[in-house]
Amino acid sequence: MFAPDIILAAVLNGLMTGAVYALTAVGLTLVYGVLHIINFAHGAILTAAMFAAFFAWKIGIDPYVAVFALAPIFFALGYALQRFVIGPSSHGEDRNILLVTLGLSIVIENLLLAAFRSDTRSIDVPYGFSVIDLGFTFLSVPRVVAFAASCAAAAILWLILAKTDTGKAIRAVAKEKLGASLVGIDVAHVYAVTFGLGAACLAVAACLLLPTFYVHPRVGNAYVLVAFTIVVLGGMGSVPGALLGGLFIGVVESLSGLFLGESLGQIGIFLIFILVLLVRPTGLFGARA
Amino acid sequence: MADPILSISGLVAGYGGVDVLRGLDMQVSPGEIVAVLGSNGVGKTTLNKTLSGVLRPRAGVIRFDGADIQAASPAAIVEAGLIHVPEGRKIFPDMSVLENLELGSYRRAKARRARNLERVFATFPRLLERTNQHAGTLSGGEQQMLAIGRGLMGEPRLLILDEPSLGLSPLLVEEMFGLVKTLNAEGLAILLVEQNVMQSLDLAHRAYVLENGAFVLSGTGAELAANPDLEKTYLGM
Ligand SMILES: Nc1ncnc2c1ncn2[C@@H]1O[C@H](COP(=O)(O)OP(=O)(O)OP(=O)(O)O)[C@@H](O)[C@H]1O
Ligand SMILES: [Mg+2]
Repeated sequence: MFAPDIILAAVLNGLMTGAVYALTAVGLTLVYGVLHIINFAHGAILTAAMFAAFFAWKIGIDPYVAVFALAPIFFALGYALQRFVIGPSSHGEDRNILLVTLGLSIVIENLLLAAFRSDTRSIDVPYGFSVIDLGFTFLSVPRVVAFAASCAAAAILWLILAKTDTGKAIRAVAKEKLGASLVGIDVAHVYAVTFGLGAACLAVAACLLLPTFYVHPRVGNAYVLVAFTIVVLGGMGSVPGALLGGLFIGVVESLSGLFLGESLGQIGIFLIFILVLLVRPTGLFGARA
Repeated sequence: MADPILSISGLVAGYGGVDVLRGLDMQVSPGEIVAVLGSNGVGKTTLNKTLSGVLRPRAGVIRFDGADIQAASPAAIVEAGLIHVPEGRKIFPDMSVLENLELGSYRRAKARRARNLERVFATFPRLLERTNQHAGTLSGGEQQMLAIGRGLMGEPRLLILDEPSLGLSPLLVEEMFGLVKTLNAEGLAILLVEQNVMQSLDLAHRAYVLENGAFVLSGTGAELAANPDLEKTYLGM
């Protein structure tokens, strides 16, 4: 058995990873909840955001500073992508949207591959190996920052959805498109805003991941697999579900790494995933089917 | 008579390969209640959807308040003050009563949201008791009040009501017709689609009867109520 200290440390580390996982999942679940499609370009957008953060660092901008520019830039990119590419090319057919996002992901990934080869790059920030001493364990500073910033980003997203007219319009369109049109909500605009918010979350996640992670043209896929798991666990379309699911998956991964060995950490995720699908197909956190 | 607030000419609309409306002409004057009658599936809801811009007409002109709107977006039509309370309510089920009402002023009259909320609550005290309840858990009658309240939040200049009494108990149906009368007495022009033919004719200043894609009868409420052809149209004899 492990000492309680070690388990507690693993849980803390899991929560920190989980917060970033949550951020990568929240955009996916939001887009699913509102547009009723799975955005297959999600991983490619994350990759693109990590490259953007990487090149910002190359020209001397720290990722924690770049995030304030990249989040709005990726919001605008996501907005434009949905409004001018995905929306018009899908002609209102869900399965077309699916194919368009899949096509987009292939295009983005291959453009990145052509431009940057499949080299793995990472950055070297001064605080990369800084730690906080808790007595029983050390916490990596960039991961603590990532945790705090992910929570802040999730809180901002929640405030937007709960309190602003735009957020209310997003929730209205998710459930009742005709009713929304009849109060004057521009549904195409709301779709694009939703897509933009998802992309902005990915930009934030990218800036938080970069100091402790590497980037290469397929890096987003690893995260997106976990994000899909979280979305299903949290209940498709549920934003709070994705947040809780992200934290949960982070802890599961960390604990199974501890008990099964570092390289098997992700197996725990998929075991839990399959178990949940068998027992509670609508997700862990009480979301409606 | 004053210039009509709404006038339609040669309106054609439909779905896929079928024209449901085949050339409609009608007018609604300011302050009027105009009823549109017709049996199930003749295209009353199709007409309302076309007026509010969610369905594009194939031909014809729709003039609202002096401007052509047949090519306008639903948002622009709401902004102009033509507000449609749809059949089946179409409220936002997992949002609170208050949020539903707030969204009624998403596009129009946002600056006067607080005042208009008070007005809606004065009209529908039942909604005030339930501001934080999810709209989807309201009773059918309450949902209908919410749908109308949401429409009123946008300060309509013409209000389209599509079967507001559908599924209501006789007592609530009375209440609904009373409400339509009150709203109209305050100066609101109303386009009313109803299944309660005699009650609607009693209330409406004028009415149109839709059959086979065209208005086959029209006139004042009293004229139509006395017209033997009305029954024929309805019973399809
Ligand atoms: N989205 C649609 N796609 C194809 N056909 C439709 C659509 N909506 C309505 N229709 C058809 O158009 C015709 C008119 O329908 P509409 O809903 O306008 O009738 P209505 O007069 O409102 O009937 P009711 O009194 O039952 O509400 C019907 O034959 C209906 O089946
Ligand atoms: Mg109808």
